Amino acid sequence: MTTTQNQSPHSRPADTAAADPYALAGGFRFDFDVITAWVAEGARVLDLGCGDGSLLKHLGAARRVRGYGVEIAPAQVTACVRNGINVIQTDLERGLAGFEDDFFDHVIMSLSLQTVHHTEQMLREILRVGREAVVSIPNFGYHQNRAAIAAGRMPVSDYLPYQWYDSPNVRFFTIADFEALCDKLGIAVRERRAFAAGQPVADDPNLNADVALYRLGRLNWAV
Amino acid sequence: MSTTTPPTPAAPAATAPGSVGVVAPQKAVFDAPITLSSGVTLPGFELVYETYGTLNATASNAVLVCHALSGSHHVAGVYADDPKSLGWWDNLVGPGKPLDTDKFFVVGVNNLGGCYGSTGPMSINPATGKPYGADFPVVTVEDWVEAQALLADRLGVRTWAVIVGGSLGGMQALHWTVAHPERVRHALVIASAPQLSAQNIAFNEVARQAILTDPDFHGGHYYEHGVVPVRGLRLARMVGHITYLSDDQMGEKFGREMKNGGELGYNYDAEFQIESYLRYQGDKFTRYFDANTYLITTKALDYFDPARNCGGDLRAALAPAKAGFLVVSFTTDWRFSPERSREIVYALVHNDRDVTYAEVECNFGHDSFLLDDPQYHDVVRAYLDNIAV
Repeated sequence: MTTTQNQSPHSRPADTAAADPYALAGGFRFDFDVITAWVAEGARVLDLGCGDGSLLKHLGAARRVRGYGVEIAPAQVTACVRNGINVIQTDLERGLAGFEDDFFDHVIMSLSLQTVHHTEQMLREILRVGREAVVSIPNFGYHQNRAAIAAGRMPVSDYLPYQWYDSPNVRFFTIADFEALCDKLGIAVRERRAFAAGQPVADDPNLNADVALYRLGRLNWAV
Repeated sequence: MSTTTPPTPAAPAATAPGSVGVVAPQKAVFDAPITLSSGVTLPGFELVYETYGTLNATASNAVLVCHALSGSHHVAGVYADDPKSLGWWDNLVGPGKPLDTDKFFVVGVNNLGGCYGSTGPMSINPATGKPYGADFPVVTVEDWVEAQALLADRLGVRTWAVIVGGSLGGMQALHWTVAHPERVRHALVIASAPQLSAQNIAFNEVARQAILTDPDFHGGHYYEHGVVPVRGLRLARMVGHITYLSDDQMGEKFGREMKNGGELGYNYDAEFQIESYLRYQGDKFTRYFDANTYLITTKALDYFDPARNCGGDLRAALAPAKAGFLVVSFTTDWRFSPERSREIVYALVHNDRDVTYAEVECNFGHDSFLLDDPQYHDVVRAYLDNIAV
């Protein structure tokens, strides 16, 4: 693990709205709206790398979900408790072995997949315990990232706020890479929303989007 | 499970900030017979207990603290005649502490079969006029919970806001939630397990054999011989104590340090500091704990297994529970390891129960639950702060 006690690769980048790349003025997070639209009323939801539980709290209010978060950082676990959110402190690298097949309606993994070593296993596990998944990824193929590489340096941006030597990210991939892996694993991409600087991107997302959110399901397989 | 000397000795006084101050035990007498899990009926019994804080008008702020193997009703504060008699969970319980007595009415009770004043092996058996000794029946976690429920009735507590316990105390909290789901709003199950492992039972059996084979045990009737099976009880405590600490902690605290400056004595005196420490802990224990109570309590631990009547299915066993749960384990606890706490957590999740699980990095093994690790106390405080009373 590349994590420390206080900074987890499985939590959203930071506690504070100012340092949160998803945060817009007034604390509004555009990804919340996308995810909320994809989550059914009263659903069972598991949020992997749930941070302080903000998303689950939002889904509790907007969709009356029965939610559980998974988080490794002690301060975030305590923050979840303060937010009245059920949270399970564990390391995602350990997998989801304790959860039963098909138990959750939705499993959410927001901007954390790139911090996990066992990517394929993680995706299979997400779609084992959940009927559907919501996964968001930073797009390493975004044109600004490509420009940084072309100029000879690793990209540092809102969604990739780390230097190469202190990054919790261990997997580097683009929208096109991710969709190729989904195809290989028999994962259906049911919906995709791509954004750049918080604005929707329709044209060539692999080049023009800095982040993408996916609604995923199983393609012709059962658990 | 134990009340070991914490690594950072507290130096509290009745007047210290956050202390509940001087406390005094009370006694509740129950005249009605109680039939135990074993089928044995006691004609009546007494429970010794202490309370801290004030029960509010609607009795919605009551908290029960369940003790572990060697604990007692004396959870917090000190006795007027003994300033060193600090309660065993004083770092957690008091005004402004994580279990805040300005908000909650906290009850500590010595369990049935105990040796701190509640009816147990040292009590007089009304049938013989002599101490029960070995004739005191084996009691179980289930029996303790039923006795605690009678005390709750007596105190005017219909529903506990919280039941909290560590180790064997956590088992009582867990059992409360399935035996009396309507009477528990929240349960804090700390450094506990849904049942003992074979290794746990093995350690308990070594402890029991040490006591049972002591020539001074006299089949459990040592009181009438005017002796105490000191050697057996001492050994039982020594082996138990090893299991409450982590290897790292022992290494840091004692290492291979020797008492006599490293000079080998080529004899069997206590040469290594760890030997000296264990002997000291064992000796100390024999001065205040009863061997028959030790036997009964280890048996209660061994027997606890809520899934037993559900074909081993813990999820089914916990289905009746309605409480919200905070489950806490400690990474270096190998006696009641995090894996065992996770079993409880997943069984609760799959019952759609509200549950939070904290796996605290703490270096002090099973005894971590008695210490004031910051993450541990922060998460307990956060959980308890959210409970409306």
